[in-house]
Order: sequence, then C-alpha cells, then structure tokens
Amino acid sequence: MVIFSVYVVNKAGGLIYQYDNYVPRTEVEKTFSYPLDLVLKQHNEKVIVSFGQRDGIKVGHAVLSINGVDVMGKNTAEGKDILEYFNDPANYPISIRFGRARLSSNEKLMLASMFHSLFAIGSQLSPEVGSSGIEMLETDVFKLHCFQTLTGIKFIVLADPRQSGIDALLKKIYEIYSDFALKNPFYSLEMPIRCELFDQNLKSALEVAEKAGNFGAGS
Amino acid sequence: MWPRLLRHSAAQFGRGPTHEMPHFPNSELFTLTYGALVTQLCKDYENDEEVNKQLDKMGYNIGVRLIEDFLARSTIGRCQDFRETADVIAKVAFKMYLGITPSVTNWSPAGDEFSLILENNPLADFVELPDNHNTLIYSNLLCGVLRGALEMVQMAVDVKFAQDTLRGDNVTEIRMKFIKRIEENLPAGEE
Repeated sequence: MVIFSVYVVNKAGGLIYQYDNYVPRTEVEKTFSYPLDLVLKQHNEKVIVSFGQRDGIKVGHAVLSINGVDVMGKNTAEGKDILEYFNDPANYPISIRFGRARLSSNEKLMLASMFHSLFAIGSQLSPEVGSSGIEMLETDVFKLHCFQTLTGIKFIVLADPRQSGIDALLKKIYEIYSDFALKNPFYSLEMPIRCELFDQNLKSALEVAEKAGNFGAGS
Repeated sequence: MWPRLLRHSAAQFGRGPTHEMPHFPNSELFTLTYGALVTQLCKDYENDEEVNKQLDKMGYNIGVRLIEDFLARSTIGRCQDFRETADVIAKVAFKMYLGITPSVTNWSPAGDEFSLILENNPLADFVELPDNHNTLIYSNLLCGVLRGALEMVQMAVDVKFAQDTLRGDNVTEIRMKFIKRIEENLPAGEE
C-alpha cells in the first residue's frame, strides 16, 4: 500500500507545498550504437520517444540521462542539443536512460491550479444544494483524495486505490499544518511552506498511514 | 512560604485563578508573559490608544492562525447562524484555549449582536491598572483574536470590550457584532 504524493493548495489556488513520497520509477538504461533505431522528437522542452518501442522503452518515455549524466530538458548537461548529439556517429556507443518524465515544479503548479478550479465543478454540478467540491478522483492506477478546510485550504493526497485510512490522514495533515506551519511565526500565510519540522512530521504521518493502511477500516 | 500564604488568602477572597488552563505548563507564566508584552508596548508607544491598536493587530495575527488549529482539533463544522457561532465561541473555543466558559447574553433584537460575559480573565490575573492608563484596554488582544479567526471563516465582525473589571466595572463584557458575510474568495461549495 502506497501513498504517492501530497499537495497543499492555498485559498487562491496556488500550490504551497508538494511532496512526492513514492514515484514509481520505470526506467530502462541501454547502450546504443549508431544509428539509433528509436525515433525521437522534442516535446514540451523534453526529448521523447515517438516510435520504435522496444525492450521496455515505451512511446512517450523521455530521455533522462546520457552516459550516466542527467539531461537538462532538451539539452545535454553540457548544453548541447540532444538530437544533434544523437545524430553524430562520433559520440557512439552511448548509454541512454529512458523513463517516464517527472513532472517539473511548474507543471505541478499548473496542475494544482487547474484542480483548484475543477474542484468547484463538484459543487456546481450538484443536483442538491450545499454540495462539497470534488472529494475523490479515481483512475485505474491511483485515487486522489481532497479535503478542503472551512478556511479554503485544500489538502490533496494521491494514493494507491486500495489504500485505506486516507480521511484520517488528511485530518492529521491538517493538524500538522496548523502546528508546524502556522505556529511558526516566521511562516507567512498563503506562502510556500518551507518548514523542516513540517516535512519531518508529514513524512512520519505518511509512514504511519501506509503501515496502518492494511488494517484501517473504510477510506 | 509567603507566596503560598498569599495565594491561599487570595483564593479565600475569591480573587485567585479559578480556571484550569489546558495544556499550559504554568498559567502564572502565561499571565506574566502577557503582562510583559503589554507593559513593553506601553513603554514603546507611550500612548494608550496606540497600544490598544497594536494589541488588536497582534491578536488578529494570532486569530488567523489559531482558527486552523481550532478547526483541526475540534470536530466543529460550519455554523449555520450567528447564534451557533456565539455558542461555539463561548463553550468550545474559550474553553479550549483559556479554560473559561463565558456566558452569552444581551442579544440584540435583530440577532446580530451579543455579549460574552467573562467572570474571570486569565490574561488579567493579579493585574491592576494605574491611574495614568485609564484608557488602556488591557486584554484587547482577545478582540483581535476573535476578529481574525472569524474573518478566516468568512465572517466580518466588530469586537470590543464593553466593560472591564480592570477599569472598575463589575464584570468583563466583550460585545460582538456581525457586520457581514465575506463573499470574496469563498471556498468552493460554500455559496
């Protein structure tokens, strides 16, 4: 049972905290010789596989590192364009690591704001008066749980669909926020949370929730 | 030996602390801390009105944070009207944070104003106001706390001390008036 990540969104819809507890890494590293039989293209500042899926390297996977050195977007660590680098036979043999691209912090910010807007749809679509916003979003790979406080802050947890006890975890995260973020006089409200004690206590709360998940009743 | 005698005689005359401060190691330290704060503000600003304003501001900053602690720890949901709000403030919030339960009285006919009557005030235990500070509202921090906390749950209120035992009245009375519901930035689902 796994809790994948935690997001905290402020009243205006801005992401103020994000923690990835567990990111499934499906990465494949292989050594290639010239010419490369995968078709690559640039997409969104990354270089991804568009054709030629094989050996665990799937379409959509991004180039994560070359010869052990992480790439920076569509350039190598030294700043050279990756596609040009791959077209030069002199650079081969190359060891390339492919995998699902991690979300950048900007992308996370955008997704959190988007969720903030979508959250309201739950109450707008409601046939009954006084409905809450979206509390749960389910896909075949994860479940997203959202808890909005009376003051408008949202705590969002992405977890394994079979993980239970998330409601209690969301309440616990609210307590941790009210303790280690709000009672820190140097933390300004609505701003990104950069408090170590908050991180530490959040991590232990997640560990407890993951262990208890097998026995917890309800969700 | 002397301090114990003094406290015993104070209790006999009904003046000593008669409240259970929850979770605070020592309520005397709390009273002393608040007292140090007020006297330092008096020295810094040298003007009672200014000190009152600062206490209200500080209280406001406490209130906007304290409300989350209150909501996270109690299981109270949204109050449906001002009467419910008054009850929650007096019976749950004051009890949780100051160990006292003020009574809710003097409702206005329109139901938008009420009074909290405090029989004793932990902030002002052992305090006597000198003559040169007769416009100082010693516990004005409380007004700011209530104002800040309610603003975060979309209620604009006006809070002031109507009576104060420190200034010679029989009871300490906080008057709370509902101004309006704050419609900007309503959390989704609360319309």
